Amino acid sequence: MSLPLYDNGAAAGLLAGILFGFVLENAGFGSARKLTGQFRLTDWSVFKVMFTAVIVSAVGLWLLQLVGLTAFSEVYIPTPFFWAMGLGGVLIGAGFAVGGYCPGTSAVGLAGGRGDALVFILGMIVGTAVFAGLFPVIEPLYTAAQGAERQTLDALFGVPTWVVLAALVAIMAGGFLLGTNLERRMAGARRSAGGHPEGAPSAAE
Amino acid sequence: MFDGDARPYWPPLVAGIALGLTLLLTFIITGHGLGASGFFTRVSVVAADWLVPGWAQNNDYFGLFLQGGANPLLAWITWEVVGVFVGGLAATLMAGRFRPQIERGGGIGRSKRLGYAFAGGVLTGFGARLARGCTSGLGLSGGGTLAVAGFVFLIGFFVAGFGVSYLMRRAWQ
Repeated sequence: MSLPLYDNGAAAGLLAGILFGFVLENAGFGSARKLTGQFRLTDWSVFKVMFTAVIVSAVGLWLLQLVGLTAFSEVYIPTPFFWAMGLGGVLIGAGFAVGGYCPGTSAVGLAGGRGDALVFILGMIVGTAVFAGLFPVIEPLYTAAQGAERQTLDALFGVPTWVVLAALVAIMAGGFLLGTNLERRMAGARRSAGGHPEGAPSAAE
Repeated sequence: MFDGDARPYWPPLVAGIALGLTLLLTFIITGHGLGASGFFTRVSVVAADWLVPGWAQNNDYFGLFLQGGANPLLAWITWEVVGVFVGGLAATLMAGRFRPQIERGGGIGRSKRLGYAFAGGVLTGFGARLARGCTSGLGLSGGGTLAVAGFVFLIGFFVAGFGVSYLMRRAWQ
């Protein structure tokens, strides 16, 4: 059997999506207040969960490559467009801080009964149409500074894959320590200021 | 305020490992990662095509989705996002967390919260098209293949998130 299976049917989509949505909700990522706590430094779940997932996936692909079941070259790796992806990341980070969600988490927020997630989704649909309308003006930026095709960190730095993985694990461990420390300190500061704890399953209304 | 019988969320390490395994399984089955914004893009194409007939077909960006009379919604990403909704709903019901509400911080009223949600959505919809993906499709799935593209995106996302959150802090407290 050769991997990946390249099955892009309805069942594969539903399976991947159901697992994805189930995990995101249980991580607390349907809650805008919990999500945005990351950037108030009160709740580091977004960093912790995302970084852990990135490492589990990358280590998994690396191990599958070591045992010869598949290779990084067999899966989709996006090609960098430095300006468009950097600025797009900035806009999504800003949209997340203002609106409380990103595209995937807004679907989970709506599933949990949140009207603000539905309004966020309507905004996304409008923002996408605005992009299409302005596309002729934006196109030079959209295609500027294209990097090497399917460029990976190990290729960029010219080091073996395991070195990149080890460095990411070190960054993750540092982030967990720093994040947990700040979570405790911010909670202490709020308590002494007479505030309320954040990150409850739901808040307000 | 806590819901009396709502179960707590999973610890971040547990959720992260589960998310990573879900992503790895998706790579093994489909050859690509998870996504989300692609579906909302396709909804936007269909909505634009319905509201302003002709405009979307002639648009340089949206036209690509409508070539040959194709229905933009007939795509893998549609099934995946339907799945995300179903999986999220199952989790929220099983944990006793489902609750119709407008989630907001104590610092702002309901209509202002909805205004911010809409504005954030517009920025996100625009940004996801510019970046060719979102936090799931580019940040998570790109990062999970060690793609430079994914990390460029994530750096922009976290830097702007911290900066703009500082300006928005009263709205969420």
